[in-house]
Order: sequence, then C-alpha cells, then structure tokens
Amino acid sequence: MKITREQVRHVAALARLALSAEEEETLASELEAILGYVATLDELDTEGVPPTAHALDTGPVFRDDEVRNGPQVEALLENAPDRAENFFRVPKIIE
Amino acid sequence: MPPIARRISSGFRRSSSEGDRLKVDLSSLTLATAAERLRRRELSSAELTEAALERIAQTEPRLHAFLTVSADEARSQAAAADARLARGEPLSSLDGVPLALKDVFLTRGVRTTAASRILESFVPPYDGTAVARLRARGAVFVGKTNCDEFAMGSSTENSAFGSTRNPWDLERVPGGSSGGSAVAVAAGQCLGALGTDTGGSIRLPAAYCGVVGLKPTYGRVSRYGIVDYASSLDQVGPFARDVQGAAILLEALAGHDPLDSTSASADVPRYASTLRPELGALRVGVPREYFQEGMQPEVESSVREAIAVLESLGASVENVSLPHARYAVATYYLIATAEASSNLARYDGIRYGRRASGASNLLETYSRSREEGFGAEVKRRIMLGTYALSAGYYDAYYGKAQKVRTLVRRDFEQAFERCDVLVAPTAPTTAFALGEKLDDPLAMYLSDVLTISVNLAGLPALSLPCGVDGEGLPIGLQLIGKPFGEQALLGAGYAYEQATDWHRQRPEEPS
Repeated sequence: MKITREQVRHVAALARLALSAEEEETLASELEAILGYVATLDELDTEGVPPTAHALDTGPVFRDDEVRNGPQVEALLENAPDRAENFFRVPKIIE
Repeated sequence: MPPIARRISSGFRRSSSEGDRLKVDLSSLTLATAAERLRRRELSSAELTEAALERIAQTEPRLHAFLTVSADEARSQAAAADARLARGEPLSSLDGVPLALKDVFLTRGVRTTAASRILESFVPPYDGTAVARLRARGAVFVGKTNCDEFAMGSSTENSAFGSTRNPWDLERVPGGSSGGSAVAVAAGQCLGALGTDTGGSIRLPAAYCGVVGLKPTYGRVSRYGIVDYASSLDQVGPFARDVQGAAILLEALAGHDPLDSTSASADVPRYASTLRPELGALRVGVPREYFQEGMQPEVESSVREAIAVLESLGASVENVSLPHARYAVATYYLIATAEASSNLARYDGIRYGRRASGASNLLETYSRSREEGFGAEVKRRIMLGTYALSAGYYDAYYGKAQKVRTLVRRDFEQAFERCDVLVAPTAPTTAFALGEKLDDPLAMYLSDVLTISVNLAGLPALSLPCGVDGEGLPIGLQLIGKPFGEQALLGAGYAYEQATDWHRQRPEEPS
C-alpha cells in the first residue's frame, strides 16, 4: 500500500507530533515497508476468530473503594516544566 | 578496534592488579553465593557495594551500561544492610545485595529517563512496586541501566544517550531493549538486575550477553511504576548469572499488587528453595518453526546439544508445531505500536517531562515537545500505532492483529497439551554488530522472531547460556512454559546448569 506525505501529515496530527519535511519523507517510505510486511496477516482467514486483548483473561477486577493518598501536591509539582503556586502553567488556550 | 580476546574461565580467576586493589571480586560470585557470604558475615554489603561501584567506574568508559550511577544512595543502603546483618536481622536473602535497575523502573528520588530526552530530568516522587518490593527486602541499588528509548528496540542503540556495548565484543550490540541490565550482570557490575520484556527485551540481551534472563507469565509481577510501552505485553523480570539468582529475584518480585489490576493473584511458589539438581520426568517439545533457514548453524547445533543434555537427564523429547509462529512479528508490531501510541500520549509537556520553549499555543506545545523529546524509533512506532488505530484502518490492522493473536495463543495451548516445556533458541544468531541494523527497522524487528510469540500468548520464558559461536559469542537457550509454569522452567534450567558449564563463562576484562 502506498503511503503518501498527506497521510503521514494526517496521522502525525492525530498523534500530536510535529515532523520536519525530511521526517515526513522517511516515515512515508518506512511505514509503507512495514505495512507491506504486516500485510502477510491477510493470508490468514480469521473469520469467526475472537480477538485477544489480554493474553490471560482474568475477568473484571474489583477493589475496595478506599481513600488512598499518593504523592502530595508539592512532590508532583516538582517535575512540572512550568508552575505557578499549586498549578501547572500552560500557554494561553483561548485566542 | 579488533574484537577483544576472550577466555572461558571458571570465573574464579582475578587479574592481579584488580586483586591487589579489591578485597572482593564480583565476577567470582553469584547472587546466591554473595547472599550466603553476607548472611555468614564473611563479607559485608559495604565491601560488595564498593566492589560493584569500583567495577562500574573501571568498565563504564567502555561499556556504557548505566545512565545513572547512584553511588551515595547505594552506600547508605549498604550501611543500613550491614547494621541489620550485624544484628542478625536481615530483611531477606537479598539484604545487602547490589542490583541494577533498567531505567524504566520508577525510583523515588533517583532520575528515571526511559532513555528518552522527554524524561531526561524526570525524578519520580515514588517507587514502582517491583522496586519497592526489592527495597523492602534490603537490596542495594547501584544505578539505572541504559536501554532502548521507552524499551522500543532490540539493540539498545535507540537510547537517546548513546549505545551500550557488549562486553564479549565491544563492537557488537548487547541486544535490547534491556541491554544495560544484561551487560551490568555479565560484566560483574552488580549481582542481578531488573528488565522488562515486551517482545523479547529481557531474553534477547540475556542471550547476547551470556547471562540468565526470565520473562515471567503476564501478570506474575506487578507493572505498577514502570514506564509503560505496550500494556498487554509488558512484563517485569530478572537477570542473574545463573538460574538460582533469577529464582531468588522472581520470588521477591512475584505476587498480586492492588495497584496493578492486571497482576495475578496466583500463589507464589518458593522458586529458589525448591530447585533440585534432578530433572525428573519432563516432557520437552521442540517447535519445528523455531529452527528455520537463516539460523546461524552454531546456534542450531548448540541448542540441539542442549536438548540432548535434557534428554540425557531424563526428559522425553518430541517435535511440536506452532503453525502461526511466522505471523507473530507482524501481529506484534501492530498491537504493540497501537498500545504505545496510546500510552505515550501522556508525554505532552504539561505536567512533567520536557516542554518545548516558545510555542505560541497549547497544540503547538504538545506537538513540538513531542517532536523534540522523542527519538526516531519512538516516533516511528507512535505513527504506525496511530495509523493502525485510525478511522478506516482499525479493523484491517489492529482488529486483524488481535484475532491472529488468538491463533498464536491457541498454537501454544495445543503444544502444551503434550509438553511441559518448549525448547528453542532465544535468537536466530549471536550478537550483531553495532550499526548493522540501524537503518533497516524491519531487519531490527526480526531479531525478535523467536521471542515475540511468547509475549502475545502471555507465557513465561527463560533464556540461559548454552554455548558460544566461532567468535566466542554467547548463545542463548530458550525454555517456554505454561502460564504460571515458571517453576518448571527454573527447574529445567537449574538441572541443565548442574550438567553443563556454560553459565560459568565470563567475558574478558573490557579494558
């Protein structure tokens, strides 16, 4: 299957990934090669085969609804790229 | 640089210059013998830890197995362990034993990067469960080991901070993605290490570096507090010099964790103390699809020889078939990348990790932080996974792969109706040269052709040394078990070690 630069740009936008023109070019040909390889799966008739999402099916898991304190505010904010008081500071989102 | 000379030694020899300087030679110890000498107080944890740190300082310029060496922390952990040992109150048999952690394990107060620029200065505020369990048992952490970025790779060359080198030949890769952990154990920089295995990331480097590596059953060890790659495939596991060391570590790591709803509540056997030198009546299956054209002849002959050893110890051997094995790599690269594209969406430059400067709005902050923070392989997998999940392609790619995953799993279920353990090579070749597969992602992906099915099926598998090729490079034997069949794998591996010497080989000093 042919992968175009247009498609690469569309997928990159979905993935929130900025790419250089050179990366777009390389990724188009690499994705095309990899998708060509995974097309071998089309040899298999999987009609009626149930999908596997998890190898070992344990069913639903429940836990008691108890309050548990994780790391505190200051500990979490220490890794913030930008902060103000007890908040993460981000660029303005309303134009 | 020509390949360095290698020797096959008992591991008890030490070079004179090193012997003069150090009281303890880590290469003469295993995890179990070190633990025993600590318990008998013939050695202190401080001595062991200093020997490890000294060894790291001496070999790191060549090997680059570590991204962070936590010397101060290790020294204070060792001092605390020695105080407990002096009182006769060790926390466990791991108390005071120096270990290393792949840099995807969150460690409270110690930088955790996943070998990525996007997490270059991330210092976790908490320990993941595997780390917490080892810490509670008194283990000493000497540092965080190099790996492929976000555990995506088979050579450790995808690290944002430079490749790790194979101690058996500095011009070759250690395998990946947990390459630094395998090297740290092989080169005597520690006595055991943790890795993660999503498609072979413990077993492949174990094979390439001549050490033991165990990928437990999916859910056997909690994944809480590891940097996620592909959540339905990731599993935590140990590296050690021998099977006994791996068994001791697994016993410490395994068990249900309320913080990981996919962790299993199955009982944890006493993996280490139940090891017996006799093999007993073991039914061994040999999957014919795992001995294919293109396999290095010495790998095949060493593995066939190992099977003969198991047979001589009393195992019955029969051929089995895993007809969908050839579809496993394609299935994996759709499922793993789809899960990765979702897992890695959290790296957006807002709450932690790298944020691009100068972005004028929020969307640009996301996309430019990710552009700057992720390396080429991570971008490739995010793109492939996003594509496989995108509207119009979901059924054809992700949905199809999930169905083929069922077929791969059923192959194993059928084989295990007649066998207890499957035996195969861990990889079709020994360690390849640095750079050899960097420009060809597909060739790199195919390094995992013999390990990947196991992750799709959620099974446990052990890699242990079973020979060397003509260049003196280690060859790995892979034992694959039923779900929660780790005991059978460790038992077979232990019996094999009692009958052979391959696990005693050490690489020549890389200096």
